Amino acid sequence: MGLEKLNSLYREVILDHSDHPHHKHALPDATHKITLKNPTCGDVINLDIQLDDQDRISDIGFTGDGCTISQSSASMMTDAVMGKSKDEALNMAKTFSDMVIGKKHPQKDLDELQDAAILSNIMTFPARIKCATLSWWALQRALLKQPDGNVDDSEKEE
Amino acid sequence: MDNTLSKLLQDFPILDQKVNDERLVYLDNAATAQRPNQVIEALTHFYQTDNANVHRGVHTLAERATADYEAARRKVQKFIHAPEPEEVIFTKGCTDGLNLVASTYGEANVSAGDEIVISIMEHHSNLIPWQQLAIRKGATLKYIHLTDDGELDLEEAKQLITDKTKIVAVAHASNVMGTVNPIKQLAKLAHQHGAVFVGDGAQAVPHMAVDVQDLDVDFYAFSGHKMMGPTGIGILYGKRELLEAMPPYQYGGEMIGFVHQQESTWAELPYKFEAGTQNIAGAVGLGAAVDYLTGIGMSVVRAHEQELVNYLLPKMEAIDGVQVYGPQDPAKHTGVIAFNLENLHPHDVATALDMEGVAVRAGHHCAQPLMEYLGLTATARASLYLYNTQADADRLLVALQETKEFFNHGSRETK
Repeated sequence: MGLEKLNSLYREVILDHSDHPHHKHALPDATHKITLKNPTCGDVINLDIQLDDQDRISDIGFTGDGCTISQSSASMMTDAVMGKSKDEALNMAKTFSDMVIGKKHPQKDLDELQDAAILSNIMTFPARIKCATLSWWALQRALLKQPDGNVDDSEKEE
Repeated sequence: MDNTLSKLLQDFPILDQKVNDERLVYLDNAATAQRPNQVIEALTHFYQTDNANVHRGVHTLAERATADYEAARRKVQKFIHAPEPEEVIFTKGCTDGLNLVASTYGEANVSAGDEIVISIMEHHSNLIPWQQLAIRKGATLKYIHLTDDGELDLEEAKQLITDKTKIVAVAHASNVMGTVNPIKQLAKLAHQHGAVFVGDGAQAVPHMAVDVQDLDVDFYAFSGHKMMGPTGIGILYGKRELLEAMPPYQYGGEMIGFVHQQESTWAELPYKFEAGTQNIAGAVGLGAAVDYLTGIGMSVVRAHEQELVNYLLPKMEAIDGVQVYGPQDPAKHTGVIAFNLENLHPHDVATALDMEGVAVRAGHHCAQPLMEYLGLTATARASLYLYNTQADADRLLVALQETKEFFNHGSRETK
């Protein structure tokens, strides 16, 4: 039966992140906030980021509703960017969006992504790429102080 | 499934394939149906032998193409029991037909303070045109809600439809809930208050016999591609006296009487509403789909789907953790079944089912107000058609069980 193939998509670490998401809470007074939707499936992420006076991410949290992939991706993203500078985080967002569509990056960049690098497998499930990228788009747009919107808007800008 | 129906599977070569190494089980018919060879061959035949523009040429091909196009119109007329072929307008699809009514009849007849009544289970295509019309006109859009059993609340409808109501627009069958709505009663209610009734037949015409005269609907729109016809072709039925009083929808070729420098007159029905070169081959293909369905008989289609639902629905409901939305009674349920697996996002469910070769839809099904009303962000949806079998239903049931087990293993149980 075909469900063995799912193992490559739903690795244990991904299921673990979706069952017990890290940083899943709102930061009411965050310096950067955004709500991003995936209109295809109705998923929504509210991302709150606290930048300190050196433009480093001193705290980050998300709320919202979504599938296993989008929830675990958001959880892994918050782990990966915590403590990073704004520019570092933006670079990581770029690495991630490139990785999931199969663009090559040096291993060093992928290592930066920590657990999130596991989602490179999503490439083989094209219908689910947006689920994985939603939180990273949200990160990028929030840091650039762009308005709330749909994940499709971000795609068009690329 | 009797012999006739099992033979009919041969008409659908697309179903005879493997997806992710499993036999394809296509359960996304509410999104679009598959086309039988008869429809595909009608398209090919038209392009290979008769193709020309219609209503213009003097030459033989133009005459043949025109005859094909008009024959398709009469097939549809007969299929939905419309009084006259002139009341059957070719459109791009159901959405196009509903927008046509909102932008012509609606624009001319709805004013500030008037009311438009729709239901909470409408597809966006029978919701946004009315919402935007109401905004343009300063009118009020009102919603009929549901009973506890997922059916339309007729008592509420009786309260909402008043002399202020100008338009009542409701789906004949829901694309999410699997309910058939009592549109004959709603049309009667609308008429008692001087309003018109607009039926969205997208999920009904492919699956049951529809008689627009018996229903006494004023307008009725549906799509070709959900009834085994091509994409990009649909039908708007309208009562002659209403269509005649309405301004055109679009302006251009084919829809004119006389054009002068400063003014024009319009063509007779139905051409007044068919500006520009239409989807001629699409119309011919839709005619072939009507022939195909008529050959089987809509009562047979309906009975087959009902039998499958009677088999499938109780078995789905019996799986621990499966929640089915809409009526729980199979007799009240069309072949559209929206459901969720406990603690699982429908997108994950749909991906897992796809790995088993089972194609279902996941999402809000273009019915966000309904999702919000039900307190859901999304559901999975399996939707059946004539060519689905009990074996397909069994495959879905097994795949659901396996999906549940897959996601319940690993981290979920060890924590």
